[in-house]
Amino acid sequence: MSQTTNPQTDVPKYMQKQGNGLSQSWAAYRTKIKSGDMGSMPAVIGLVVLVALFSFLKPVFFTPLNFANFFTQAAVVVILAMGLIFVLLLGEIDLSAGVTSGVAGSLLAVSMAKWGYPWPVAIAVAMIAGIVIGLCIGLLVAKVGIPSFVVTLALFLAFQGLILIIIGEGGNVRVTDGVILAIENSNMPIWLGWVFYAVVVVGYFLFAFTGRARRLARGFAATSLSMIIIKTAITAAIGFAAVWALSLERSTNPELNPLSGVPIIVPIVALLTLIFGFVLDRTRFGRHVYAVGGNVEAARRAGISVSQIRIAVFTICSGTAAFAGIVFASRAASVDPNAGKFIVLNAIAAAVIGGTSLFGGRGRIHDALIGGAVVAVIDNGMGLLGYSAGVKLMITGAVLMLAAGADALSRKRSSGVMR
Amino acid sequence: MTETLQPILEVTGVTKSFGAVDVLQGIDFAVLPGSVTALVGDNGAGKSTLIKGLAGIQPFDGGTITFEGKEVELDDPKIAAALGIEVVYQDLALCDNLDIVQNMFLGRELVNGLALDEAHMESRAGETLQSLSVRTVSSLRQKVSSLSGGQRQTVAIARSVLWNNKVVILDEPTAALGVAQTEQVLNLVRRLADNGLGVVIISHNLQDVFQVADYIYVLYLGTMVTRLRTSETNSGEVVEYITGGRTETSEGV
Repeated sequence: MSQTTNPQTDVPKYMQKQGNGLSQSWAAYRTKIKSGDMGSMPAVIGLVVLVALFSFLKPVFFTPLNFANFFTQAAVVVILAMGLIFVLLLGEIDLSAGVTSGVAGSLLAVSMAKWGYPWPVAIAVAMIAGIVIGLCIGLLVAKVGIPSFVVTLALFLAFQGLILIIIGEGGNVRVTDGVILAIENSNMPIWLGWVFYAVVVVGYFLFAFTGRARRLARGFAATSLSMIIIKTAITAAIGFAAVWALSLERSTNPELNPLSGVPIIVPIVALLTLIFGFVLDRTRFGRHVYAVGGNVEAARRAGISVSQIRIAVFTICSGTAAFAGIVFASRAASVDPNAGKFIVLNAIAAAVIGGTSLFGGRGRIHDALIGGAVVAVIDNGMGLLGYSAGVKLMITGAVLMLAAGADALSRKRSSGVMR
Repeated sequence: MTETLQPILEVTGVTKSFGAVDVLQGIDFAVLPGSVTALVGDNGAGKSTLIKGLAGIQPFDGGTITFEGKEVELDDPKIAAALGIEVVYQDLALCDNLDIVQNMFLGRELVNGLALDEAHMESRAGETLQSLSVRTVSSLRQKVSSLSGGQRQTVAIARSVLWNNKVVILDEPTAALGVAQTEQVLNLVRRLADNGLGVVIISHNLQDVFQVADYIYVLYLGTMVTRLRTSETNSGEVVEYITGGRTETSEGV
């Protein structure tokens, strides 16, 4: 047979410049939903419904003060969930993430209060502790071969003891350092809040626009300009409302104790989202995380070092948990022996509610934001309605079960489409 | 041999045993560039063991391997990959949660600094599929989970072409496919050989073998019982060799 095949007069569909109007974007989205990958859509709908419900039942829910509280309340769970998403993407779990944050938080508090270290050293101690813990979990899972559920369950118990030992007599260590306290308790000046807003909106538009330009230059189908403009406009509108609300005076006693501005934790979480999003979506490492989560054998045959990816993922998770522990210590202004014990399930719930699959291979970093918001709204709203902690825990558990059930069903459905 | 072509990959006298069981008892096997070589034999004949040895996954115990005229040691999958020997496995090593481009470049992603160079990967993947006259997929950004068996096999085979491999070994490429899809995949296999690659196909389906292969090697209980030119044999004869009805180690070529 000859080397040259017949000259191709017609170009295959995948090499053609496809139309890329709004209708195509909509059609692509619908195919995605139909294939069982619902992403964050159910969580977004749930969030809107919950906010409307609580605002109706308890008008104080929809006030600037509560709105600002909501961000600081959600931050710890959101950050923890971001770390957990890396582990969940491999289909693994880290039940010790919460107590790891407790260990880091208590090390932070003790190294300042008892050992007299300045805050940068205390933060370094806490972060290094988290990273070392993550490395150990990763090695135990990847090299020794103990299931992550068992490793982290063992650590969940052991670290509760470790926290007791670190904190020592007295049962509670106060955090007094101004910088640490500022993380969860201070706000940006009003003008800086608006600068932050402008950076986010312009940055979002430029990112989408240059991405489109690069694809068009190669002759590929790209997101339509109108779609980019619509998305930017929605982001800008929501952001404007949020920054405006946070810029209002929200103190109950304005003369004595004025309170306004975007909480400092907001840009911190935004930056973290950006960094983790880049790592997962745009780097070789991130691609390999998805590959290992999707099909370990395929990843191994493609030359990916599966154990390295496992170790890295647990290290990222525990490191992030340590940071969540610092934020938690800032919010509570103290660390107690129960630090981090309960929040890990909230964080797993947040990731799963946001659309991350417990079976691995599916999930985005912003799932932590949306899912974390749902968990925080439930927590906050039910607290305002006067429900006890017991009822709140039960409702959060039910929501986690619901999200995990939806995850399992959508997985079943997509594999049904497949074969 | 009457061929003027040098084999691109040749093994002589390779052996492999697992404990007391001699799975390969001195096998000779050669792959010519630009042709399709079929490897047939009943279950347990040693086909998989031979393939795993060539892929460097399970090194042979004895014998010599020659690649492009030079003797090589194949004791690591990375060596096989570096030489340009690629195996497309029966259970298709693809990730369902990734799209076609992502799967084709898996483990060998192109980067631009720190970030993945998606546009470059997409255009190269498209060119490769086009060069193989693949027209069964509509978008390169489709998730593999949404593809049919034939489309998946196409992606897996195209991936092996993307990396300028010299020898592509296909393990049962048509086992789970319908009639039309089998036809597409066999055409693709033929095009690989037409592009100058040495192609090895393992199959139980003799109809497929006769349609696509230039040479047929028959393994029987760990020995290579014959080597036939497809044009000079028929399926009855091959079946006799496979089932042990004819056992002389003839040189059919």
